[in-house]
Amino acid sequence: MNTTNTIAPPRPGTLGTDASRPDGVAKVQGGFAFSSDMWAENMLWGATLRSPHPYARIVSIDTTAAWKIAGVEAIITADDVPGLATYGLIMQDQPVFARVGDTVRYTGEPVAAVAADHPETCKRALAAIRVEYEVLPPVLDPETCIDGTAPVIHPDGNVLRHQRIVSGDPTVTGDVVVEGLYEVGMQDQAFLGLEAALALPDPGGTGVELYIATQWLHEDRKQIAACLGLPEDKVRLVLGGVGGAFGAREDISLQVHTCLLALRTSRPVRIAYGREESFYGHVHRHPAKIWMRHHADRSGRLVKVESRMVFDGGAYCSTSPAVLINAITHTQGPYKCDNAVVEGWALRTNNPPCGAMRGFGVVQACFAHESQMDKLAAACGVDPVRIRLLNAMQTGDRLITGQIVDSVAPVAECIRETAAIPLPPDMEADPNVLDLPGGSGRTADRHHIKRGVGWGVSIKNLMYSEGFDDYSTARCRIDDGVVTLKFATAEVGQGFVMLAQQIARTVLGVDEVLLDTIDTQVGSAGSSSASRQTWMSGGAVDAACRAARDELFKMVAADNGLDPSRLAIDGTDIVEVGGSFRRPVVQAARGKRVDETREYHHQPTEDLDENGQGNCHVAFAFVAHRAVVDVDIELGLVKVVQVATAQDVGRVLNPKSCVGQVEGGIAQGLGLAVMEEIVVQDGRVRNPSFTDYLLPTFLDAPQVDVVFVEEFEPKSPLGAKGVGEPPCISVTPAIANAIRQATGRDLPRVPVRPSDICL
Amino acid sequence: MTVLAPRTVDELERILADSPDHTILSGGTDLMVEVNLHGRRPTAIVSLRSVEELHAWTFDHERVTIGAAVPYATMEVGELAGLVPALAQAARTVGSPQIRAAGTLGGNLGTCSPAGDGLPVLSALEATVHIRGNGDRRDVPFADFMVGVKRNALRAGEFVHSVSIPRVDGWQGYAKVGTRNAMVIANASTCLVRDRSAGRVRVALGAVGPTILRCPEAESWLAANSDLRGNTPPSADVRAEFSRLVSQASRPIDDHRSTAEYRRHAVGVLARRLLERSYQ
Repeated sequence: MNTTNTIAPPRPGTLGTDASRPDGVAKVQGGFAFSSDMWAENMLWGATLRSPHPYARIVSIDTTAAWKIAGVEAIITADDVPGLATYGLIMQDQPVFARVGDTVRYTGEPVAAVAADHPETCKRALAAIRVEYEVLPPVLDPETCIDGTAPVIHPDGNVLRHQRIVSGDPTVTGDVVVEGLYEVGMQDQAFLGLEAALALPDPGGTGVELYIATQWLHEDRKQIAACLGLPEDKVRLVLGGVGGAFGAREDISLQVHTCLLALRTSRPVRIAYGREESFYGHVHRHPAKIWMRHHADRSGRLVKVESRMVFDGGAYCSTSPAVLINAITHTQGPYKCDNAVVEGWALRTNNPPCGAMRGFGVVQACFAHESQMDKLAAACGVDPVRIRLLNAMQTGDRLITGQIVDSVAPVAECIRETAAIPLPPDMEADPNVLDLPGGSGRTADRHHIKRGVGWGVSIKNLMYSEGFDDYSTARCRIDDGVVTLKFATAEVGQGFVMLAQQIARTVLGVDEVLLDTIDTQVGSAGSSSASRQTWMSGGAVDAACRAARDELFKMVAADNGLDPSRLAIDGTDIVEVGGSFRRPVVQAARGKRVDETREYHHQPTEDLDENGQGNCHVAFAFVAHRAVVDVDIELGLVKVVQVATAQDVGRVLNPKSCVGQVEGGIAQGLGLAVMEEIVVQDGRVRNPSFTDYLLPTFLDAPQVDVVFVEEFEPKSPLGAKGVGEPPCISVTPAIANAIRQATGRDLPRVPVRPSDICL
Repeated sequence: MTVLAPRTVDELERILADSPDHTILSGGTDLMVEVNLHGRRPTAIVSLRSVEELHAWTFDHERVTIGAAVPYATMEVGELAGLVPALAQAARTVGSPQIRAAGTLGGNLGTCSPAGDGLPVLSALEATVHIRGNGDRRDVPFADFMVGVKRNALRAGEFVHSVSIPRVDGWQGYAKVGTRNAMVIANASTCLVRDRSAGRVRVALGAVGPTILRCPEAESWLAANSDLRGNTPPSADVRAEFSRLVSQASRPIDDHRSTAEYRRHAVGVLARRLLERSYQ
């Protein structure tokens, strides 16, 4: 693979260095404009009326009283949607608004929206809209969708996807068999920057411009334009400042509502959700029940894996089918296993809709298989590290889907490197109470604490799967020596803006790289999801920069009577490889104009057949986690002391940024292990606030010791793999396994609740 | 919205006598949640920021008196923390540093949530709430002040001026269980005071009943079955029975934060551990 030769140490700001982020200082100082900070002259505020019931038929909607409130400029319902009445990423099954005569299918489903002169007016208007509901008994248990006892709650049916994987010899059995039924609770992405959008209508209502915090501008545009009944080129999207995403911005939330209100009123309209509304406004991580049975020989080598996975997709499809396929195709984990029988279901219920979240189905599967690996280790009498090393997958191994792992697969290296990280010292004789389980609550003394160590290892697919061509586009312009990059890649906090500059500095030998607005005025970049942007948009930026550089070489060669194929970049100079010419790039490019746009496509993938066979994934990344926990067994409280991790990243492009992804992902996986859960009861979210949806605080976050396993990935344009998702996947079972080791409890469910440990 | 900013307690009293429906604002850590999340729309606010007297605390050899507008941050460290260690420990568990810089004991009393972190301390130390209003002063024992879930003994036109906490010869401590290690609403909390001179313990439980609960049976049983004046800890059996009696005194419910069973269990464990700490 062609990469730029860099002489150690690399030039500051290029690939491989701790380049600083162009948005970093503004974010730290509070000057960065997030989408919730947007404002326009003559702007109206929008707000959404939502269903208080998980399942009910709308008998009537009466807006008379709301219209009488001074300052109300628009009230819209399903009847006011000029285009497609529904939207969705995979299946267009979710209504923009639930319609009279039809049903609402989850608590919080939009029924109407208003635009008014003030947020308070909006609130009063929403309160004045009278909706008569005929309340229906909700479908809450996904198993009733499988056995057919549940009423069908949507014309598209209650089964969002059902898929089997049968691999090798399904009848084979092992000498050692372990099984378990595992459960994962509903986690929220809990981004800090709430949903917000600002729509500016074109004069005459012929089009609209939308400033929006999203993960994929072009996909949003496609769905919005369809619902508005406008051609796509009449809908322009500009990325608003995004305060985190983690999957929660893949789906449409307020986009269509905001545009509709702006077009209806011919005025700018802004909608901004509060935290509670945000819990209803976006999809969550699927709660799942997973049964697994592992067969092994006496030494612990895997013979067969069996599984049945049930994912509760909630009321609408979102990405449930893809999440399910990710889960079942990762059943075996990062281990070699020839035989498998797996069955997966994603089902429609009247619970909150679920979809993408960091890890995308693999989190649930990994919790189950890593819990199983510890059970298997115990049954075979080998230690948890040994059993994982024994089964570790390698490049060239065949997955249960029949796909050959042609990615670099340093699973054993990840495990060994993690094991080599020193364990934390034993607890001091007189520890700081804040460091004990219970923290500031001062619940424990030293002698109440038991320490446990646990392991988790995972495999995660990178990029989109099953035949999807999620390409990315980038443009590189060199104008009189000034380099400007343009792309539609959503910067959601991951630092792509920084990486793009690093690539351009490296390829073009310039220090200053300008970034154009991130909007739909250039081709699609695909979604900032699936750990894909470094690979995909990084590949597109790299290709565009190389193309621009080659054009520049041609011009410089023509000017100076040189052979362009003998020109190269050395530091910030253009040089002739024989040494006959050397000139600073900025100087050589003076008066010249180059404009190159490139798309990057990954290798094609396939659908799975009826037996779950097919090359459905593009590439894989691997990671190992070892968690050390202190547990107050009597009160069931946990403090995660240390997480050691070695992650397969291909190549480190920005060390600081990689560490940031790892630390953040571990905090998120820790959250799922011990505290983060949306509590849903009778179809209603019981804790839609950060008072009661608990995120780890600084006192909960462990010490993180990280090693990057750098084995250049030849399939990747920069040799690097996505770093975003793997950190949050196997850390959850590592923590659960550590708590199990400390307590001797089964703990089949995460988050592990205090009462699960002590009662 | 009108905002009034009295400078003296007398002025504050006159305002509330004329307009008892005005909303008192100090740190705002409860009120702003009501406004932002629960749709409360106060029309007139009386700010305590300039009422200096309410921001003061004093002590003598009998008691420590803390003004209603003294923030938790002040109780957490320094001289006040040394005088009432259990209150310092409770204050440290309140929210984040920003919240503790704003939130006050007066607010805890005004809201009177069963999960109010300062309240078990006031209960176990048998504090007195000093109330002003309508040209009158009354002193109400904490036990009579909190009358139900978010209900207290304040009448129209009245406000909490200060709280006085008797100084105790002995040990005091507070512990609180939540599902994360900081910044969490109590699932269960316990304050235990071992009064050496009186040879008694006093135990108060938070978040396990409609009000802060004392445990008279456990307290009396322990006094009768161990030496609470000396330095010899009660036996393991005695500690276990004490723990059981404390659990029995709780009246918890199931909700989205925890279960009644866990809460009942937790207060027993906390009371036993605090008792053990009192001998360390």
